[in-house]
Amino acid sequence: MLEIKNVRKTFNPGTINEKKALNGIDLRLEEGDFVTVIGGNGAGKSTMLNMIAGVYPVDCGSICIDGEDITHLSEYKRAKYLGRVFQDPMTGTAADMQIEENLALAARRGKRRTLRKGITAKERKEYRELLKLLDLGLEDRMTAKVGLLSGGQRQALTLLMATLKKPRLLLLDEHTAALDPKTAKKVLDITEEIVEKNQLITLMITHNMMDAIRVGNRLIMMHEGQIVVDVRGEEKKKLTIEQLLQMFEASSGSHFASDKAILSK
Amino acid sequence: MEIISQLFSALPGSVSQGLIWGIMAIGVYITYRILDVSDLTVDGSFATGGAVAVMLILNGSDLWLAMLLAFLAGMLTGAITGGLHIFMGIPPILAGILTQLSLYSINLKIMDKANQSVNVNQTDLLISLRWVKEFALHNPLITVGIILVLLIAVLYWFFGTEMGCSIRATGANVQMSRAQGINTNFNKVLGIMISNGLVAFSGAFLAQYQGFADVKMGQGAIVIGLAAVIIGEALFGKIFKNFALRLLSVVLGSVIYYIVIQAVITMGLDANMLKLLSAVIVAVFLAIPYWKKQYAQRHMFRKGKGGAENA
Repeated sequence: MLEIKNVRKTFNPGTINEKKALNGIDLRLEEGDFVTVIGGNGAGKSTMLNMIAGVYPVDCGSICIDGEDITHLSEYKRAKYLGRVFQDPMTGTAADMQIEENLALAARRGKRRTLRKGITAKERKEYRELLKLLDLGLEDRMTAKVGLLSGGQRQALTLLMATLKKPRLLLLDEHTAALDPKTAKKVLDITEEIVEKNQLITLMITHNMMDAIRVGNRLIMMHEGQIVVDVRGEEKKKLTIEQLLQMFEASSGSHFASDKAILSK
Repeated sequence: MEIISQLFSALPGSVSQGLIWGIMAIGVYITYRILDVSDLTVDGSFATGGAVAVMLILNGSDLWLAMLLAFLAGMLTGAITGGLHIFMGIPPILAGILTQLSLYSINLKIMDKANQSVNVNQTDLLISLRWVKEFALHNPLITVGIILVLLIAVLYWFFGTEMGCSIRATGANVQMSRAQGINTNFNKVLGIMISNGLVAFSGAFLAQYQGFADVKMGQGAIVIGLAAVIIGEALFGKIFKNFALRLLSVVLGSVIYYIVIQAVITMGLDANMLKLLSAVIVAVFLAIPYWKKQYAQRHMFRKGKGGAENA
């Protein structure tokens, strides 16, 4: 369970570039929640995910996972609760290291790294089986450097790494945005499969309104650092893009300003 | 003909120096290639290693104990550079320069003066240039050669452990490492410490080899280390893929560097020009990947234009 209370963040306070990125976020995610997050450019979607992940400190408020306050925990320490996939396929994996080495690093998330072997023969077998499930042919290239993979393959691998040790919360930051439509669909399918199989609480930012409506059981929309729409269950399933845009205009008093989102509907 | 025979008789000496500096070059490889940090501490920590070893030996310490303490002293210098970077937010290059500068004073304090000699006639030493042509354990070629094999084996093991892998990951992708729960700050400091430990260890060998430690013995060490790394990669990068072999290629790079230096001196180059020559060689080798890219880009552009004309 994730509980965010009154989280605020202002970048460059007191300067001409002051930017109120988060303006009092309250959010509670329960078991089984798969939440899609939409919103215009600069609405605070990525900032919210980065705050949860601890990339930078919050100005006020609290973030709890399963009742434990992680607000002031450093990024690497709270990583044991979180699986993360980034927008840029380069970010989530180490290009200079082998596929199996990347997986072995992820398998030790949240554990002390000792002088034991960095990867064991038993692990290699497990990884081979897991990679087979991705159906991208990676199981035969386990010792290849990740830098040789395509963007889609790297995102699929990052997804596997993020969930190799079951996280309490999976954070997906527009993880299909940099991929071509066909690959994006494939990666999204894999995402749904993995979330379903592991029953993960998931927060997924997307710029694709169709995906936002179709995927998951709950949808939130952000605007100027606040959550302005929060629909779930049956109500969410029946949503249309037109309704979504209307809801946005009603709650924010302005037009939905994201070319990417409009174009991709 | 005379030049060749001169070169040949100088060969054991050049190879010995190359092997000794090869340990140092492995240290540079750890920061420059694995951690992706340019650490300039080495110019100071190399002399620190020499100074610590020589003073301990002069005071009657066990030789291997002196080597160990030189290694630890080097690790301490690395901890300071790492600390300046992590706790004070100073960029690594500058942090290294600050440590290097302060080590000049510290090395003078360790030695009490700018130069301390250990006479091989009066003191027992692990290696000396006097023994380069002897077939015995104290021949620098043999002692340093064995130490290098052991070092490469230990480093190969270490960088394959969970901790070693996480250091490699830190150098390869900091963001990903943090997301996977790796303490990247700690790893950077640890990597810089190991690197400078090796550098000081190498300095301790060189001081015995040449029979003295000098406060300036590490001047330009970073350039020699980089030269070794780059030459090794240029010549063996295509065939040596395994990590242990990569470390070996760095050592070979160092040996080749010293043979080339010996050759140009034998052919009559003014020894004062050596540092300039080294810097030019390193600059050119560093530029080659950049030039290659630029050339490929221009080539593509021309091809593209040709295609447009045909269309």
